Amino acid sequence: MARTKRKLLLGNQSCVEGALYAGMRFFAGYPITPSTEVAETCARELPKIGGRFIQMEDEIGSIAAVVGASVAGLKSMTATSGPGYSLMVENIGYAYMTETPCVVINVQRGGPSTGLPTKVSQSDTMQVRWGSHGDFTAIAVAPSTVPECLIETMRAFNLAERFRTPVTVLLDEVMGHSRELVTIPEPGEYEVYNRVKPTVKPEDFVPFEMTPNLVSPMPAYGEGYRYHITGLTHDVNGFTTNKPEEIFPKLDKLRNKIMNYTDEIIKLRTEMLDDAEVVFISYGTVSRAALQAASLAREAGAKVGTIQLYTIWPFPEKQLADLCSRCRKVIVAELNMGQLVNEVRRVLPRDIEIHTLQRYDGEILTPMQLLEKLEEVI
Amino acid sequence: MATLEKPKAGEKQRSDVILSYLRPRKKFPSVWCAGCGNGVVMSGLIRAIDRLGLSRDGVALVSGIGCSSRMPVYLDFNALHTTHGRALAFATGVKFAKPNMKVIVITGDGDALAIGGNHFIHACRRNIDITAVLINNYIYGMTGGQGSPTTPSNSFSTTTPYGNVEKHFEPCELAHAAGASFVGRTTVYHAPQMEKMLMDAIDHRGFSLVEVISNCHTYYGRLNRQGDATAMMKMFKERSVTTGKAKTMDEEELKNRILIGTLYKDEEKTEFCDEYQRIVDRVHGGK
Repeated sequence: MARTKRKLLLGNQSCVEGALYAGMRFFAGYPITPSTEVAETCARELPKIGGRFIQMEDEIGSIAAVVGASVAGLKSMTATSGPGYSLMVENIGYAYMTETPCVVINVQRGGPSTGLPTKVSQSDTMQVRWGSHGDFTAIAVAPSTVPECLIETMRAFNLAERFRTPVTVLLDEVMGHSRELVTIPEPGEYEVYNRVKPTVKPEDFVPFEMTPNLVSPMPAYGEGYRYHITGLTHDVNGFTTNKPEEIFPKLDKLRNKIMNYTDEIIKLRTEMLDDAEVVFISYGTVSRAALQAASLAREAGAKVGTIQLYTIWPFPEKQLADLCSRCRKVIVAELNMGQLVNEVRRVLPRDIEIHTLQRYDGEILTPMQLLEKLEEVI
Repeated sequence: MATLEKPKAGEKQRSDVILSYLRPRKKFPSVWCAGCGNGVVMSGLIRAIDRLGLSRDGVALVSGIGCSSRMPVYLDFNALHTTHGRALAFATGVKFAKPNMKVIVITGDGDALAIGGNHFIHACRRNIDITAVLINNYIYGMTGGQGSPTTPSNSFSTTTPYGNVEKHFEPCELAHAAGASFVGRTTVYHAPQMEKMLMDAIDHRGFSLVEVISNCHTYYGRLNRQGDATAMMKMFKERSVTTGKAKTMDEEELKNRILIGTLYKDEEKTEFCDEYQRIVDRVHGGK
């Protein structure tokens, strides 16, 4: 009988386990604190399974190589932190425009600029959504524990392949550098999604055709389907266009292939919500503190619940509005100067009081701080 | 200088060969000005690939942004038109993922040496098996004639209206110093030499640079009073000196001349993907 494989891992290492489970075979990256262990683990593990690791000259080159390898047929990934992510956003936009699946892990640290390389933060929440120029529909997922780093990275690959788009995994310094026991899933335990390949003859192949679910089959280079890929706005054949009647459908396709299927993407965890009058809304490391704070509050008789976001983008607007419909107050807790809270304000009914708890001094929010805020709000 | 074999009896006419490589669904004319050297390079590249007998599925053409970077759209290969300056980094991903694919990068002086300078020297340093065709016309053509890293000192562009105060890069020397194992220079006038050099470069296992001096008569030629496409081509003919001939000339005679031919070739230098495969075989071996 196979014994369950358990490992004591850093969050950053757990991400690599999830990526490998999902079939990642190519990593290109550039060292940056606090994400470097992702690259180091890939450098050690990938050659063992015939995969490929390359340390590029910078983050721009890293994401470029990742897109090139994905186009050539390998599931590809890079990892970085805020400053490196800023350098990557142009080519993340390129991956989006060319509909190239890939995964970017962003282990968040304090900013702006070089900021706080060794300190925790969630201040890239909005960079991930709006960093790339032009209209852009982002997918971003966020674990809150080391075992979840495996699960969410795996899910990021599945979403990237399913929707042919770049997907960001949002970690933070504390999660990336925490060690916890991780159970490595057996093959077959979780679904692994692979991009749909064309089945038509090469001469009938339309590279960016409008399929019913708006995701076009994607061949790898060398498989006989020679086609043109460009970051310029293009028609269904992949050729540059300036025609309004072709620009509209292309940009709509990019958005709608994601926004028409948010049910497949959005993942939330709710606890003690049924009769909750006050609800903590958070993601990542903060959600662990929120869960503990809510449990302690329940013991003291307060009706408190939690909502944790595993999917940050697309923002779970409909779901949050429904889930909060019976509560009176919410507290949005995050490690920045208020990024997620604006989205919550946008989507919740006007009669719900929205409070915020923000910390941006490089330290985590503790359960006690959340309880103090709760007392103030109640 | 290498000589080309004459087409054998019964072999297709060259124009037919070239036409068969153009994308059937792509609308022509091209974006290039009449007389642009890019077309000469494109036909030279097609002939070189055809003569090497490469499978079209096994060739990836990667480019960045600029006039020359529009080339892959017209050609029936795996084509990747990427972001400005990053073609070599994208190409590194393609090549490393598919080491048996022939990866050719089409780039210009601004794309490769200004915004893409970092990727250029590091691709050379790795000696990854990519052929970079650097079409050097001394200027940014697509954006309308601004100075580039190869714009010679004192010459004119729309951003150096009083003459260029900067020094220029020599792409071939830069590539050699950075570690490229094949470096050659030719011009759009010397089409047969270009064809042979492209064949040698594509055939070479390691990073190869082919610098092609080309005419942007629309901007560089006009702003520097070098005349139309024909006049510029004639100038390339007159100013060029082969590497063989150059050995018989002194420094004074070589001033302002364009040295053409294979400048550097090292077949012993190990190639990046091969070296990585050795690691894979070692740690993955026997499994």
